[in-house]
Parts: sequence; C-alpha cells; structure tokens
Amino acid sequence: MNAQLNYRHAIARALADAMEEDDRVILIGEDIGAAGGAFKSTDGLFERFGPRRVRDTPISEQAIVGAATGAAIMGLRPVAEIMFADFAGVCFDQIANQLAKYRYMTGGQVSVPVTIRMTNGAGAGFAAQHSQGTENWFLNIPGLKIAVPGTVPDLYGLLRSAVRDPDPVLVFEHKALFAVQGTIPAGNPLVPLGVADVVRDGGDVTIVAAQQMRHRAVEAAGQLAAEGIEATVIDPRTLVPFDDAAVAASLKVTSRLAVVQEAPADGSWGSSLIARMLTDHFELFDAPPVLIAASPTPVPYAGNLEAAWLPSADRIVAEVRKQVHY
Amino acid sequence: MPDQMNTAMPEPETISDGAPALADRLPDDAEQLLRLMLRIRSFEDEVKELFTRGLVRGSTHLGQGQEAVCVGACAALRPGDTMTCTYRGHGAVLAMGAPADRCFGELLGKAGGLCGGKGGSMHFTDVAVGAIGSNAIVGGNLPVTVGAALAAEHLGTGAVSVAFLGDGATNIGAFHESLNLAAIWHLPAIFVIENNHYGEYSPLASTTPVERLASRAASYGMPGVYVDGNDVVAVRSVTRTAARRARAGQGPTLIEADTYRQQGHSRSDPGAYRPPGELDAWLARDPILRLGQSLERSGRATPDQLAALRAEVAAEVAEALARAQAWPEPGLSALTEDVYA
Repeated sequence: MNAQLNYRHAIARALADAMEEDDRVILIGEDIGAAGGAFKSTDGLFERFGPRRVRDTPISEQAIVGAATGAAIMGLRPVAEIMFADFAGVCFDQIANQLAKYRYMTGGQVSVPVTIRMTNGAGAGFAAQHSQGTENWFLNIPGLKIAVPGTVPDLYGLLRSAVRDPDPVLVFEHKALFAVQGTIPAGNPLVPLGVADVVRDGGDVTIVAAQQMRHRAVEAAGQLAAEGIEATVIDPRTLVPFDDAAVAASLKVTSRLAVVQEAPADGSWGSSLIARMLTDHFELFDAPPVLIAASPTPVPYAGNLEAAWLPSADRIVAEVRKQVHY
Repeated sequence: MPDQMNTAMPEPETISDGAPALADRLPDDAEQLLRLMLRIRSFEDEVKELFTRGLVRGSTHLGQGQEAVCVGACAALRPGDTMTCTYRGHGAVLAMGAPADRCFGELLGKAGGLCGGKGGSMHFTDVAVGAIGSNAIVGGNLPVTVGAALAAEHLGTGAVSVAFLGDGATNIGAFHESLNLAAIWHLPAIFVIENNHYGEYSPLASTTPVERLASRAASYGMPGVYVDGNDVVAVRSVTRTAARRARAGQGPTLIEADTYRQQGHSRSDPGAYRPPGELDAWLARDPILRLGQSLERSGRATPDQLAALRAEVAAEVAEALARAQAWPEPGLSALTEDVYA
C-alpha cells in the first residue's frame, strides 16, 4: 500500500518513475532543475537524475517546446514544462503549428512523443494572465491529446501514460489542487488516455466536470442528494480523446446532462460535448442540457470577483435543481 | 528609398580575406557540386512551369540563384546529420539527397510524394536522408533544429543539426530563443542564413538595422561567419568548419550566406520592387554560371561538356517529373491517417 501524498508530489513521483523506466525521458523547463520548479513540482529530480536529464532553460517557451519537438523526432521522450498554462500564448506556434502537425505534414514519417506539463486554473488569486483554463485553446487543433487530471491517482496515472504515449500530450496541472491528498494504488497503475472516471452514481442527472470543478460537482451532488436528487458525476480526465461513451451510457439512465467547466462557454470542451451528445443522442434527453461555465470575462483578481467568476457548488446545485424540475 | 538600401553585392572573389579566385581553388568534386546545383535549378525551372500550368496548388517559393547555399552547406554534412529548412526549401531537401521524383510527387499531391501528398511544396520532408522538415512559419524550424541538436548531444550520436533560415527570420522571436538556447547548451547546431536581401517584398535594410546579419551571432557568444553565398566551395568550407566545431562540443555557429533570389517571393510576385539593374547584376554572378566558368578557366571542362551536363541533368529531372505525374493521388483514407501514431 502506497502512502498518501498530495497532487504536487504526485507530479514528481510520476516523472521520477517515468525517468527510471526509460532513459530517453528528459525534462526541460524554466527553473525545474536546481530550483525544483516554480511550484516545487519537480523537487528532487535534479539531484536524482542530474543536469543532463533535468534541464533548466532560459525564459524561452518557443525554444522549450520546439526543442522538445525536435528532440522527440530524433528519439528522445521530452517532458517540457510551461510554468503557467497562460504562457502557451508565447509558444502557440510551436504547439499548434509545429508539434501538433509534424506527423501529419510529413505523411507519418515521424512520431512526436512530447509531453507538455502546464499549470492551469483559477481560484488562487493569480489574475487574468496566470489563471486561465487554456486547455480549451487547443481543442480545435487535431494532433494533440489533452489530459486534465483532478486527483492524485489520476495525475500520476495520466502523466505516466502521457510520457509513454507516441503522440504529443498536454497535461494540465491545476494549481488550486496542489494540496489535494490522495493515494496511488498498489502497483502504480497508469490511467489510459480517453477513459472517464465515474466518480459517483445517481439516476437523476449526469454531471460532467474535471479538475477543480469535479470536486465542486461532487460537493454539489452531496447537497442535491439531501434534496432527493441523485447525480452521477463523471470526470472525463482527458478532453482529447474524450470518453463520449461513458457520458452517453449515463445519459441513458439519467436523461439529463449538466456540464461544469472552469472557462467561458464559447469554444470550450463543455460546449462541444453538449453539441455531440445532442447530435448523437437527442432521443435520450428529457430536459435541455445545461452548461455551467465561467463568466465570459478575463479572470479577475479580487477575491470576491474571482469567486463569482468560477462556477460554485451552490450554482451547480441551483442549475441542476432547475433542470431536474424542468 | 529601396534602391538606396542594402542591396550592395559582395565583391565576388575578394571576400573571406581575399580568398583566391574560385577557379584556383576548385575541389576534386567540383563537377559533382555543379551537377547538384544544376539538378536543383532544373527542378525549380520545372516547378515554375508546372505552377504556370496550374498543376501546383496553393503557392510555391522558388530558389533559383540560391543553389550554392544549400548545396555547399549540405555537402559539408555526413550521414546521420539533420537539416531543417524554410518554405523555399526544395533545393535544401534535394541537396540532402531526396529523390527528385518523390519531391515532384509531393508538389503534385501524389501518393508517392515524400509526405504522401499531405505536405506540399512548403513541407518537403525526407527523414531517411536527414531532411527532417521544411517549415512554412518563418523561423518555426529553428527551435526544432535546436531539439534535433539536443537529441544528438544527449544520445552522443556525433550528428550535427543544420537549419536554413531567411534573412527575414533573423527578426522573429524564435531566432533569438533558438540561438540563445543552442549557445548556452553548446549544442551541435549550425544556423545558415540564406540572405537573399528581401523579406517577402521588403528589402532587408527597411526591416533590419544591421547590415551584416552574421554580426547578430555576437549576442549569443557564438561565431558569426559571413560568406559569399554564390560560391558553393566557400559555403562548404565555412560549413565544414562549423560542423567540426559542433562535433567537438564547441557549440553552434551562425553563417550568413550572401545570395540572391532570382525569382519573386512566391509565384504571385513579379518582383516589381527590385531596383533597376539589380537582377541583372546578380544574374551575372549566378552560382551555377560562376562554377561553370571556373571549371572552364581551370581547364577542367569545355563549354560543350558543360552543355552536355546541363542537358543530361535536365533530362534526368524531366524523367523524374514524368514518373511522378503518372502516380496516383492519395487514397481518401489518407485524410484521417497520421493525425496520431
């Protein structure tokens, strides 16, 4: 039985096990080495694996992602860290035009096993340029896989799967979850990309939520149960590929779909999921689906404003209650 | 005014500290270098014709006049080395040894093309010969080049990683990040600027405050070498020096090869912005012409022999084109293949 650890420590554990397993795995990023990472999520790896495998870089996100891409094409399995997911903006070309398309443009001559770890998420007072759910920026770029772990075992298992995967995988680590405790099951199992987790079973409504919103959805489901409304909570765990089958299977039972996401509605995974479910499974719905999304504004700084920006458990309860009584 | 700007040519035989005339320093394989340049010239001439006939989709960017840069630099490499290039990269990919018929096939959107017809003119890639990517984003190949160099260094393969870039790419952020990272990690990379004096339609001096792009190397603590880019022997020589440094763990080099784009930026550009006389002056120092004249002057070839060589290469290229034209289009299943491994 493994000891309990927190989300932050699960990152270093997963990376260490991946590096132990495969010599081709190297880490590159800003202050990930000697400093142990801006979030201390690579703490101890520099001492254990040395400066050739844990490489500190200048503040050069384009070079970080591009170097990972080139090194992957030539046989390494790089794990790049983009400290805050918002900084994907300064290396968007390297992710969207290079990394994601390299295999396709070359007619499959190469595979590009790059993992990019990025810290996303609001709620910690980091304001507009350090809090976004930028995973949604990448949904419209075929060639990328996207993981959004919300628990310790999922973070460990998805990160391990990402490093082993032959394709580029973006792994988003939510900064509001770093202190969440959990246990990696015996045998350190990997979590496959594209398999959702049914967190809670209930017959009245299907709530789909990831990362911080998964935890709020579970909290809301508890409150709803006290009112006699039983919710299934599904954590997709990866946005690409997305486990549509798990959601559809639940919809067959509940006939109601609520999606909670930490991002504005337009151009988001929640909007896409609802569109797919309505298109493919219209006959299953007894009520209009609901997307419980963040305010369509940048993330504000002030504590009360940021709290209002984020979907709260109370708001989830209210929206789902309204849907069930539709 | 554009015609007052930085379009001055280097004196052909006086750069590189008064290096002797090309005819006096011809290497044993000069005929082979000439043949490679002729193959690329014939290829590009055919592409121009194909484009005019509407057989090439989108756009294409021709490299007539710049052949000495890619042939000279790639001739300094050895098997296992890698090369990335720009969307004006047909020549560089051919110079690495990619078969002309598969290059034509890619251009024509054929299943037998280098990339199965999914990349097109701007994405010629033939990993088997070390041509690991042509890039349609200015400077986008530079970080990837650093990554290939990182893999070579990490795995101890002894390979070097070469990037071609245009003069315009020295003003994009990826250039700065890439050269800086390659330098601090002492990676075996060589950055070769194909300075053809125009970033798309803009003369270099209207976009760039320094005249010698090689001088930008100073910011990264790496050697910056200026070379006559229409002298294939000189280009190979400076690239060999850079490759030796790279393989010895001494880090990257920035090479500025001074050359000229005889065609417009893309096939929609007639090049009306060129000052009068500029093109003619550069045509007079065309790299193929110069090497041919040098072979004649040194008694290594007669005009008839050179004409025969040109005809032979043109016929080879025409045959490669004919083969490619007969190939089928990709099957529709290819649409959804290769998104993921």
